[in-house]
Amino acid sequence: MQFGIFTVGDVTTDPTTGRTPTEHERIKNTVAIAKKAEEVGLDVVAVGQHHNPPFVASSPTTTLAYIGAQTERIMLSTATTLITTTDPVRIAEDYGMLQHLTDGRMDLMLGRGNTGPVYPWFGKDIRDGINLAIENYALLNRLWHEDVVDWEGRFRTPLQGFTATPRPLDGVPPFVWHGSIRSPEIAEQAAFYGDGFFSNHIFWPASHTAQMVSLYRRRFEHYGHGSADQAIVGLGGQVFMRKNSQDAVREFRPYFDNAPVYGHGPSLEEFTAETPLTVGSPQEVIEKTLGFREYAGDYQRQLFLVDHAGLPLKTVLEQLDLLGEEVVPVLRKELAALRPDHVPDAPTHASLVAAAAARAERSSEPASVVEPVETTVSA
Amino acid sequence: MTRIVVLTAGLSVPSSTRLLADRLAAATLSALGDVEIEVIELRPLAHALADHLLTGFPTGELADAIDEVRRADGLIVVTPVFSASYSGLFKTFVDVLELGLLDGKPVLIAATAGTARHSLVLDYALRPLFSYLHAVVVPTAVFAASEDFGDTSGGQLAERIERAAGELAALVGKVDPSARRRRTVEDEFADPTPFEELLRNAGGPGPGPAGQSTR
Repeated sequence: MQFGIFTVGDVTTDPTTGRTPTEHERIKNTVAIAKKAEEVGLDVVAVGQHHNPPFVASSPTTTLAYIGAQTERIMLSTATTLITTTDPVRIAEDYGMLQHLTDGRMDLMLGRGNTGPVYPWFGKDIRDGINLAIENYALLNRLWHEDVVDWEGRFRTPLQGFTATPRPLDGVPPFVWHGSIRSPEIAEQAAFYGDGFFSNHIFWPASHTAQMVSLYRRRFEHYGHGSADQAIVGLGGQVFMRKNSQDAVREFRPYFDNAPVYGHGPSLEEFTAETPLTVGSPQEVIEKTLGFREYAGDYQRQLFLVDHAGLPLKTVLEQLDLLGEEVVPVLRKELAALRPDHVPDAPTHASLVAAAAARAERSSEPASVVEPVETTVSA
Repeated sequence: MTRIVVLTAGLSVPSSTRLLADRLAAATLSALGDVEIEVIELRPLAHALADHLLTGFPTGELADAIDEVRRADGLIVVTPVFSASYSGLFKTFVDVLELGLLDGKPVLIAATAGTARHSLVLDYALRPLFSYLHAVVVPTAVFAASEDFGDTSGGQLAERIERAAGELAALVGKVDPSARRRRTVEDEFADPTPFEELLRNAGGPGPGPAGQSTR
């Protein structure tokens, strides 16, 4: 089981001081947060991609490469990479390069983006959101699995005899997660390819996440990738902790009340009851997080959102200390004890290379570990 | 059993909007006979509706109310007239309904106001709203000004109520609920569009709400 953090890269005014960080501060803070995440023993750091203020995260692979150069162990990922408005050829190239530079210490999570005007800025239409995600990923998948690609689709100029470079490290493409808040079609897509499915989880009630994950698991089995409980599931989470529960609530309330996503709506107490948000002691975070598997099943990746709503860097780093020292070690132990042996871990580059080698050995074909994906449908 | 849901957006207790809603419900009951009628007051859902606008998901009684509407065979909707249109509370409830939820659903529209001068609100505000949502709007819409609850209207309100209820009764159960209905998220969970079809749709002729096949 992997534990980590995800950030969307928002520049938000601290409601308790009225101070807004500069873009430069926010970008540097993101790097500091990622390095701290590694230092406290977390497994994953994921950064977002946005192309409109108040977000600074327009260039995830640049950010991740920079973080990767200053860390040793932590897995680099995205939350999310926009599969709709980013040319899949550029995704294949940028993330292919990142994979080599970080020796495979990366994966990515694809998402659609929900801001209407961003689409036409990139020559697209938000009403095509699902179609873009489906077709663009069909191309990305081929670009990584096939050395030479001929392609004709609806959303980009055709390709004849195109090779995306660099080719995947060790012949094994980066692992892909498909992220969604509420689109069953994305769960279906993840299931079809046997890729990971990440439920954003944090903005909506548990019952909704349960439906999304259950659909993905059911269809993962339907498409023959393994049993439903072997599907690769990731969940978001959102926490604010202090040793003393009352202190956490008192300190976080102004950030909650003014948060860009849900501020000025439900009370902190109502939102905590309805969603995965936990504001309290590390023990309360442990208890609530352990409850996720009751409706999502045994899952592979838990990412927490800790740096939003204008929280200052110092506070965020304190949250990471608490996560690393008090929360994650307990969750790691408890969840490992509950997980049946046949439920796999989240894939890593090493595990994917081993799996490819095993497949190559089973097949009578010579040496190459590159194998076209079994179920690709050309568009 | 046939289920009719009555949405009433009156703010005072008692309200003339609820009074009209009850009379429409009673007339529909006698027109249909074997029918279950559920009245939903929107006033107690006001906070939950504001929260839904901001968070994107319904909670508690609001989630139950939306589910009642989803499962209803027909609707009776009654709003007070505020500033020459439906009330904000009424529209907010309509705004949070998922697209496709009212497809093919028979709807009786009704409104109340202090003066009969507002009566056209039914035809310039409510009827287009429910047409846009692909509901089947009953031809007779019922408007009641305060004076209609007295003797001055010569019993015309009662007549209109009866006629509208009769028209609703005639439509309920006649529109095939599955025909031409846009697929909702609930449909996708129950019966997901297979990936091959999603891929085919992706290469389709032009922009449009994705994944909404007519299966």
